[in-house]
Amino acid sequence: MKKFDKERVLLAVAGPVIALAVAFVLSAIVLIASGKNPVEPFALMFEQAGYSDVQVLILNQASMYYIAALAVAIGFRMNLFNIGVDGQYQLGAMMAAIVGAHADLPAFLQVPLLLLTAVCTGAFWAGIAGVLKVTRGVSEVVATIMLNAIATSLIVYMWKPDVFGVKIGNNSTTGEMHESGWIPGIDLGAAGEIYGLVVLAVLLGIGYWVVLNRTRFGFDLRASGSSSSAAAASGVDPKRMVLTAMLLSGAIAGLAGLPILLGDSHTYNLNFPTGIGFLGIGIALLGRNSPVGIVFAALLWAWLDKASPELDFHGYDKEIAVIMQGLIVLSVVVSYEAVREWGLRRQQRRVGAELAAGHVLGADNNTTKEVAGR
Amino acid sequence: MTAVELAGITKRFPGVVANHDIHLTVRKGTVHALVGENGAGKSTLMKILYGMQKPDEGTITVHGEQVNFSSPADAIARGIGMVHQHFMLADNLTVLENVVLGSEKLHGIGGKARRRIKELSERYGLDVRPDVLVEELGVAARQRVEILKVLYRGATTLILDEPTAVLVPQEVDALFDNLRELKAEGLSVIFISHKLGEVLSVADDITVIRRGTTVGTAVPSETTPRQLAELMVGSELPTPETAESTVTDRPVITVDKLRLAAPGGKALLDDISFTIHEGEVLGIAGVEGNGQTELVDALIGLRHADSGVIRLADEEITAWPTRRRREEGIGYIPEDRHRHGLLLEAPLWENRILGHVTEKPNAKGVWLDPKAAQEDTRRIVTEYDVRTPGIDVTAASLSGGNQQKLIVGREMSHKPRFLIAAHPTRGVDVGAQAAIWDHIREARREGLAVLLISADLDELIGLSDTLRVIYDGKLVADADPATITPEELGTAMTGAAEGHLEHEETPETQADVSKSAESPEDEAR
Repeated sequence: MKKFDKERVLLAVAGPVIALAVAFVLSAIVLIASGKNPVEPFALMFEQAGYSDVQVLILNQASMYYIAALAVAIGFRMNLFNIGVDGQYQLGAMMAAIVGAHADLPAFLQVPLLLLTAVCTGAFWAGIAGVLKVTRGVSEVVATIMLNAIATSLIVYMWKPDVFGVKIGNNSTTGEMHESGWIPGIDLGAAGEIYGLVVLAVLLGIGYWVVLNRTRFGFDLRASGSSSSAAAASGVDPKRMVLTAMLLSGAIAGLAGLPILLGDSHTYNLNFPTGIGFLGIGIALLGRNSPVGIVFAALLWAWLDKASPELDFHGYDKEIAVIMQGLIVLSVVVSYEAVREWGLRRQQRRVGAELAAGHVLGADNNTTKEVAGR
Repeated sequence: MTAVELAGITKRFPGVVANHDIHLTVRKGTVHALVGENGAGKSTLMKILYGMQKPDEGTITVHGEQVNFSSPADAIARGIGMVHQHFMLADNLTVLENVVLGSEKLHGIGGKARRRIKELSERYGLDVRPDVLVEELGVAARQRVEILKVLYRGATTLILDEPTAVLVPQEVDALFDNLRELKAEGLSVIFISHKLGEVLSVADDITVIRRGTTVGTAVPSETTPRQLAELMVGSELPTPETAESTVTDRPVITVDKLRLAAPGGKALLDDISFTIHEGEVLGIAGVEGNGQTELVDALIGLRHADSGVIRLADEEITAWPTRRRREEGIGYIPEDRHRHGLLLEAPLWENRILGHVTEKPNAKGVWLDPKAAQEDTRRIVTEYDVRTPGIDVTAASLSGGNQQKLIVGREMSHKPRFLIAAHPTRGVDVGAQAAIWDHIREARREGLAVLLISADLDELIGLSDTLRVIYDGKLVADADPATITPEELGTAMTGAAEGHLEHEETPETQADVSKSAESPEDEAR
């Protein structure tokens, strides 16, 4: 039934489109209320998206957003809310930076070692929340928020010169990494350089889709997310699934900071981007936990980030972009739920209509009546 | 004198005609039964009469006056009251509080209201005490409170939506006595049901609905359940099968001294022992909440027993996780299909995978095989007559009966050795019910062992080779389905037959004399 496929695509697109439209309109109202031109800031930001150097910035930023959002999305797919992606990716990046500064293997071993370090660190940090939930029933939301705070303190501790820190001027760093762990970017000349690990983001997206949609494990995970009781009855061990999903989410989260670490900064310092984990939550929501949807959402977010500084030069506040991000998240939550319910009801009606019209699969119409006769 | 008349009622939902040209005339002081399969349009019609939905065409006349309801309040004002299938009572309030809730203006909330309740209770023999907490009441008593609630609001026409679904036979008889009181006082009752034996015993008139329209009326004294069923389904019913036994002596599932306790220490299951052989259907009778759910959970592995042993053929499976049990051939038709049997928002073919994700044709190694699963879903849809336009629609968009057929088809497709069937035909219409029974019988002939749990005693007696009664977590009695009557079974279910009865000798006593005329087995088989 191709009809129902088309319908699903339509429904999938309707939610974000409505949310974005509402967010734009609300942002414009905010601008009008503050006595500003409601259209010009958007025009300026669109114009920014046309410059190739801004495009490179957007793409690089989006790669990290994408990985963080995938980490959040894995949790969402089974009704786990991993708010701790923020702590997981920062710790993951820091551990990778430290290992990268102290170990010096040939590149083909060094890079996998660094990736593995980040993966294990992220998984370990998320796994604490997973174990607490499975053994003690602690809500993963509370546990991961706490772990974020602990991660921040831990990072400050490790920056101390007598631990792993190296002071460069006023900046706390973990020391420069050995060059064998650097990943060369794609050089676009004047426009800048695209991080090599953008490729990793793409691979993770593909892997995410394959695991969720084409493996037994992915089916169990999705089943647990849509009905934990039905999943348990189908043979999924709920505790093991919670732990596995948390570990997996943390493992991906650990990688979120690596594009910039291995591609640009080569050290974990005070300027290292923070908050990507939290942004990832909104991006995963907007992208409907779909690997393709998240691509668009991550690009949109990165665009708002990288195009908004221009506003300051034209008498607008660049915080408009932040307001807009907030409004998008709000409208997304409302519009998705509305579209979902509307879609379900619409399908129920259409199925009813199809059946009333006698379009029954696999039955020529004259046999449909004699159910009782068999 | 006519109490309510519906004429030419038509109701369309976008794309679907739910009711078409329906005619229904309820005489004053009678019980009028409305029968029809699930999805035939009974509920829509009653929603129209109760003001919850407006008809597109047709007229409603109450006591000779044409009316136009735009809300249930209008209907109540005209003396129409509805007793819903799922009770709408607040457990932590008293009966009095529940009754006056929302109608405080009628007789206040104090002494006057209490007197009114007592008066109504006595007049109609409802035996309702106003100051008891609702949570202390049993199902039948709650239902009487619901009826009283409606009467308190001045109803002269009562709509009862499947009122007997939750009652044991003795309670059904008591309810029918109440209904007779009501009509003796000049009230009218519209009685919705698909239990035909009951309909024939209580109704004065019968109207049959099929596919959204009235297809006929019947006079109970001149009609057999069989004729009525045929009118409902629109074709001839299968003849009851001769019950040749297929029971062998090879045990498939053996449960020995199973015990399961609640966290507080109270035993939910205690000293449960039974054996089901190849080709045997073991029926468990019992009022809901006496340990059936726990027993099923323990067998499928959702809960692990505190002590006792479960064996599948020769292997001890007590410690096995659910998945292993399913892989090794335990099929599971859950009691609550929405909670345990389906992913409502997933397409049908993913629901076909649910529970069997590690098995063929759904998987190859660790990989899913969507193509094969979809192909097999199409087969199930055809073989089990699941009415759907395609396999990509969500499970939520199918009717309950079709969801159930999909589940039965899925479980049977994996050739189980042992099938746990909890209420396999609950909420399923007569046609689908017969089909599901046929599938179970056929598999049993091929050596399947079945644990059947059902609230439908006719189904239990008709399908089982052996019967056990569960009460308060213990198997308290056993019976021979060839000789037992639903009434005797009902007595045992209430705990009256406590203690291990060796074998209930079929008593040639009063019990079946009163009911022998009806032979409820007819429609069940």
